[in-house]
Amino acid sequence: MIEQNRFWRIVVYGSLLIAAVYYLLPLYVMFTTSLKGMEEIRNGNLLSLPLDISLAAWQKAWSSACTGVDCSGLQPYFWNSVLMVVPAVAISTALGAINGYVLSKWQFRGSEIVFGMILFGVFIPFQVLLLPMAQTLGLFGMASSIPGLVFVHVVCGLASTTLFFRNYYVGIPDELIKAARLDGAGFWRIFLRIILPMSTPILTVTVIWQFTQIWNDFLFGVVFSGLDSRPITVGLNNLANTTTSVKEYNVDMAAALIAALPTIIVYVLAGKYFVRGLTAGAVKG
Amino acid sequence: MSHTTQSAHYGFAERWLPRLVLAPSFLLSLVFIYGFIAWNGYLSFTRSRILPNYESAGLSQYEALFASERWWTAVQNLGIFGVLFIGGAMAVGIFLAVMLDQKIRAEGVLRTIYLYPLALSFIVTGTAWKWMLNPGLGLEKLLHDWGFASFTFDWLVNPDYSIYTVVIAAMWQSSGFVMALFLAGLRGIDDSIIKAAQIDGASLPRIYWRIVLPALRPVFFSTLMILAHIAIKSFDLVMALTGGGPGFSSDLPATFMYQMAFTRGQMGLGAASAMMMLATVAALVVPYLYSELRSKRRD
Amino acid sequence: MAKQKIAVLAAGMMLAFGASAAEVEVLHWWTSGGEAKAAVELKKTMEGKGHKWKDFAVAGGGGENAMTVLKSRVVSGQPPAAAQIKGPAIQEWGDEGVLATIDPVAKKEGWDKLLPPVVSGVMKYKGQYVAAPVNVHRVNWLWVNPELLKKANAKVPATLDELFVTLEALKKAGIQPLAYGGQPWQDATVFESIALGVGGADFYQKAFVKLDQGALKSPTMLKSLETYKKLKPYTDKNSAGRDWNQATSMVINGKAAMQFMGDWAKGEFLAAGKVPGKDFLCVAAPGTDKAFTFNIDSFVFFKQGSKEVEKGQYNLATALMSPAFQETFNLNKGSIPARTGMDMAKFDECGKKSSADFAATAKSGSLVPSWAHGMAMRSATQGAIYDVVSQYWNDDKMSAQQAADKLATAAKVQ
Repeated sequence: MIEQNRFWRIVVYGSLLIAAVYYLLPLYVMFTTSLKGMEEIRNGNLLSLPLDISLAAWQKAWSSACTGVDCSGLQPYFWNSVLMVVPAVAISTALGAINGYVLSKWQFRGSEIVFGMILFGVFIPFQVLLLPMAQTLGLFGMASSIPGLVFVHVVCGLASTTLFFRNYYVGIPDELIKAARLDGAGFWRIFLRIILPMSTPILTVTVIWQFTQIWNDFLFGVVFSGLDSRPITVGLNNLANTTTSVKEYNVDMAAALIAALPTIIVYVLAGKYFVRGLTAGAVKG
Repeated sequence: MSHTTQSAHYGFAERWLPRLVLAPSFLLSLVFIYGFIAWNGYLSFTRSRILPNYESAGLSQYEALFASERWWTAVQNLGIFGVLFIGGAMAVGIFLAVMLDQKIRAEGVLRTIYLYPLALSFIVTGTAWKWMLNPGLGLEKLLHDWGFASFTFDWLVNPDYSIYTVVIAAMWQSSGFVMALFLAGLRGIDDSIIKAAQIDGASLPRIYWRIVLPALRPVFFSTLMILAHIAIKSFDLVMALTGGGPGFSSDLPATFMYQMAFTRGQMGLGAASAMMMLATVAALVVPYLYSELRSKRRD
Repeated sequence: MAKQKIAVLAAGMMLAFGASAAEVEVLHWWTSGGEAKAAVELKKTMEGKGHKWKDFAVAGGGGENAMTVLKSRVVSGQPPAAAQIKGPAIQEWGDEGVLATIDPVAKKEGWDKLLPPVVSGVMKYKGQYVAAPVNVHRVNWLWVNPELLKKANAKVPATLDELFVTLEALKKAGIQPLAYGGQPWQDATVFESIALGVGGADFYQKAFVKLDQGALKSPTMLKSLETYKKLKPYTDKNSAGRDWNQATSMVINGKAAMQFMGDWAKGEFLAAGKVPGKDFLCVAAPGTDKAFTFNIDSFVFFKQGSKEVEKGQYNLATALMSPAFQETFNLNKGSIPARTGMDMAKFDECGKKSSADFAATAKSGSLVPSWAHGMAMRSATQGAIYDVVSQYWNDDKMSAQQAADKLATAAKVQ
């Protein structure tokens, strides 16, 4: 029995490790390449460790790499992304929480249909929205600006955030609400005093989810941004596709990592809570 | 809950507040999702070229779409991609979740490793993947350098196989998420069931196969929905990895639509293809939503 | 961010002292080496006139992303002042009613006399100038690394037969014969030059400009397709998806001997410090010595709300056509000025040859538009033909006959 058990453990750890290698490979390649010089990249192979570690590529990607006429690296794009992602995540999460609260605890005739309609939005191929959205943003005077991008991301994120919160709140016993009502608490008071304090796990999940979605978006970023509001994915694309005759893989890779850094950090720091939040019921049913 | 009886002692504001609060989101999706779908549907019956144009074209855009070889390649690719990606990501994800559930040391680290691809967009990882899959620069060269001269891995540049490289990269990105969902589900299962089965002498794989996984049916369905929607919307992935090529061998409906509507000045055709995609999505999702909402109401 | 804004404001205020300062937003996709340098020239010229240049560069995919951005900007009612659009697409945009005319400038400066009719015809919509040309590219070039040819004891090919002799010799000598980028537009670029070499200018006109069904299915087309496919064994496996400038850099660095590409490739050679005639050679694509496929880059002007910007557009049009700009820009870009009667003294031998051939072929009637670069067909037709060419190149099971049939069908796409 013990022999069998040990064999079993080896199989488990073995497969977990192999999987880990598969998942880490692209990151490893990107990271080591970003530290190498061009000479080394040309002569060495994909997996070799850098001989001389140099941060020059990172520096260049951040502050001096050129896209056409403009040589400011990724720096400005990075801050645009921050300016865009913070309000977009906050608004879409807040709306999602309130919607979820209404749809689970204050159902009314037709609320299920409303939920169904909002939910269908998760499945829309977003390319369909590009041109009419451009027209609408133009009407509102928000075209090519950060507020415009925030608006688009809020609209497109609503479906998922509502779904997350609604499914989570369905699991909170109705008795709690009833008891609070008997004590005379109203709609907002119940939400703020009872529901919200219980929402930490799902808030974490939603914020992480929205943050990654919005930070990583390229399609809306390229189409709806103006000159001064281009997000980092657009900057990265411009940089990586802007090739002088020698393709600087190290700068490209460093740029890609810079663009990915915030989301990676979020996952590394908060990944635990993400899984915990999912456990707490985000994906029930 | 039976709200009709309760509403008797709700104030007027209490009764209307929920609707009022929900109204902005409802209106937003009404206008921006359904309004735009309708607009797009309308465009699919027009002669729109580089910009929207409202001159009627009858069904000719749909006729052109169904006559287009490229469209059928895209549809076929979506079939291949959808089945392999959903099946593969599901299998890998469940496997990893079960393995991680074995009271593993360093579970946190491994979990993070499996999950992080979800944090990255393909705009970011596309370059690395392209490089690794390129026969002259990546894995093939590496194995040649190591002395395996006969090793070939040229899927990226082979029109018959390019779609499979998209599957590999897509699985890499999403299987960790599947793992997290199932791990969450596994953690929600009462340990005592497993213990009881173990006492009855059932082997561990058997317990998982017969007892644990069937208990995860709901997780299975939501995961299926999530993966299906990722598959249908896959766009960045293809653009970053193959650009739909070589030729148009790895085109998917989403990239087809983008190409026609935005690069080629065939907006009407693009709109028609988008309507076909939406119809497919609706055919998959509406029954699911319906059953979902029905069952919820019964709770 | 705040700091940036202040800097922008300050710059704006400084410019406001100039008489006719306006922000001129220009959308383009000139982001690679030689092209980016050319864009810098344009920016300098405009800033010299006291305008604020808003550089709207969208990289990637030969302008594909840029087109998406342009469409959404036009739809949202905020078109850029000018955008890089060329060929029949100018007519398509004109049909949408969003273009602004720059006829006042063109009349005043007498563009009709300065531009050859082939060029000015493209720039006009319903008889009025809506676009300004900046250059003429020749597409049917072959770029050669002479050192590698010497090593293989091969000679620079002038005909298609010689081409295959040279390719074979290079292959035997262990040299990568062709630098090839497997992207649809590059496939089309190479095929276009081969078809011109096989069938000559008349056939080319019939097949690709008039889209004549007979010509598209003719034996000449079959032969063109077959010849094109014969190049494949001389390309490397990694060519799929390679950018054109990556392929060019293979020739620059001696990793491959030859590349079929338009003369923008020269910009890459020059940016790498190479000398034409010595480090690299430019020759007409085999068999096309007497013909010229042209690709004209131009800027199209969009209707604007403000008079200020309109003035900026007129100034931009003047700047684009000015001899000084046409010279510096084209020296960087590798092309020749669109304006006739320019002094070509500063141009290298490739430029001089291109300029002479342009004039000569215009007379002989073998000056043809490059369909691979959007000069001959509407974008939908062109896209459909791209699909066929690219599919044929990549699919080894497809016969030339099948490809020709598909070409004929694709040509009917409107």
